[in-house]
Amino acid sequence: MGLTPITIGYVPLLDAAVLIAAQEQGFAEAEGLEFDLVRETSWANIRDRVAIGHFDLAHMLAPMPLSANLGLTPLDAQMIAPMALGLGGNAVTVSNAVWEQMRRAGAGPGVDAWQAGLALKRVIAARAKNGSPRLRLAVVHPESGHNYELRYWLAASGIDPRHDVEIVIVPPSFQPDALAAGRIDGYCVGEPFNSVAAARGIGRTVTTKSSIWRSSPEKVLGTRLQWAERYPERLGAILRAVTRAARWSGDPANREALARMLAREDRLGVSDAILMRALTGDLMLGRGENLKVDDFFIPYERAANFPWQSHALWFYAQMVRWGQASHSAGNAQIAARTYRPDLYRAALAGMGMAVPSANAKIEGALVEPTALGAQGGMLTLGPDGFFDGTQFDPDDLDAYIAAQSDLPAQ
Amino acid sequence: MPQTLSILVVDDNRIRASIIEDGLREAGHAHVHVITEINEVAARIGEIAPDVVIIDLENPNRDMLEHFFALSRALQRPIAMFVDKADPGSIEAAVDAGVSAYVVDGLRKERVKPILDMAISRFRAFSRLREELAEAKSELENRKAIEKAKGILMRTRGLSEDEAYALLRRTAMNQNRKIAEIAQSLITAAGLLEP
Repeated sequence: MGLTPITIGYVPLLDAAVLIAAQEQGFAEAEGLEFDLVRETSWANIRDRVAIGHFDLAHMLAPMPLSANLGLTPLDAQMIAPMALGLGGNAVTVSNAVWEQMRRAGAGPGVDAWQAGLALKRVIAARAKNGSPRLRLAVVHPESGHNYELRYWLAASGIDPRHDVEIVIVPPSFQPDALAAGRIDGYCVGEPFNSVAAARGIGRTVTTKSSIWRSSPEKVLGTRLQWAERYPERLGAILRAVTRAARWSGDPANREALARMLAREDRLGVSDAILMRALTGDLMLGRGENLKVDDFFIPYERAANFPWQSHALWFYAQMVRWGQASHSAGNAQIAARTYRPDLYRAALAGMGMAVPSANAKIEGALVEPTALGAQGGMLTLGPDGFFDGTQFDPDDLDAYIAAQSDLPAQ
Repeated sequence: MPQTLSILVVDDNRIRASIIEDGLREAGHAHVHVITEINEVAARIGEIAPDVVIIDLENPNRDMLEHFFALSRALQRPIAMFVDKADPGSIEAAVDAGVSAYVVDGLRKERVKPILDMAISRFRAFSRLREELAEAKSELENRKAIEKAKGILMRTRGLSEDEAYALLRRTAMNQNRKIAEIAQSLITAAGLLEP
């Protein structure tokens, strides 16, 4: 029996690492699979090529399967996310000029979300007063973790992301050039494109995803519901292979090998030295400042691969908050059911790897690492707090959405 | 009537864009707009109000473009052209051709299909043109290399032009390689031996 070919699309970013490692380190082969990884240029292509069956699965923005099922996208294919590909990994970088203004307004050192947010608020207020144009900030896609964490951070800092700044879409790899050329003033993107700006001396990383919301979800493995129902054994084998690859990727002993693997011209095409920054959390913030962030990018620990339905519902709450989706009990149910912890749990049963027994949790409830009982052993979660101290209880979705509609005063 | 459709072609490759544009015009579509610079789309989307947008799938700015459409409400719910549910074959063909087109919701398939077909065939024509050009270019370079290698052999070994060519050809046959490759190796080697 030969290997079963599986075609998987990915966008060249650090968190595609677990898929690339699954192929390169033999985890896929051990499950009888041959991964054909196809590099894609845009998230729209990823979404559409999964929908029409060119890709069996893909590296996807975590909110993307939700937006497909909520009817926000061109194609009607039903999508699911049976697994997450890691926690954290993004950061917000601004131009040197904006950083200079933020620094004078009290920002830095480090990447504290509160401090940076308050400084940015002062900068924006000063710019409005002297008639400077609004700051233009880029994210990678309207339905992306980047867009939601940036807006969440701005809003909690007293900045209205709809009026006080302009938020535009720029592909990840183009963002450093756009920043250098002055077309944008800052961006929220996944690695390596914050480190790239620091290395080029064109910007300063002001806060990280892990500082805005600790242990927050980023990419998922997305596929069509139809495909998952048709090939349950294949899907199970894929989830096991990718989970083993995630564990391998999260092991500090393998980081250098992983960085070299990803650096290749046909993969990310970014130097392994820059990739090591994000893998180790030893960040180069820019302007000569370095900072060690312990939970910058987590490929496996803290149940990083578990598709929490509370994550799906938080993304849904943000879609409602920013006017992309309308809130109804039916829509909330569609969102929650897009994430499939049941499939993940079933695939990993008997592997000796701990998987949470609950499908959802209160986000922001854990202030320190907490052990919990899980299928297959003990598991340590969190801390998972939002920087502004709020919590998200998925059982109290209506109240959360109502509270979020109170935007900062102008 | 197809003539009433406003078609927007977004392509940073000017030559390809003009080939697609010509094809659409020849097919009787009068309202064809071509934009080669993505940042221009945001400014002009309102005035063009396209019924159909044709964009290369490989364009990484697709995400940006979708966002412009959503912002301007120019395309309420863009449908990828290759999403003809009844006909997965044409979807595959469109994607293979690298064409991704967006049409407004409700635009009937009969009106859209000729545009898609045209875009695909022009896209393929462009690909063919590019391949032929690349072939012609490499052919010219090969000929230049062979001329140069002959010159080196004539100078260093005192051979006639015919003898030099025969030697190159014989060596290529013996080594089961192309004459141009042998010529290139010879030029490289001669370069290394120069004082």
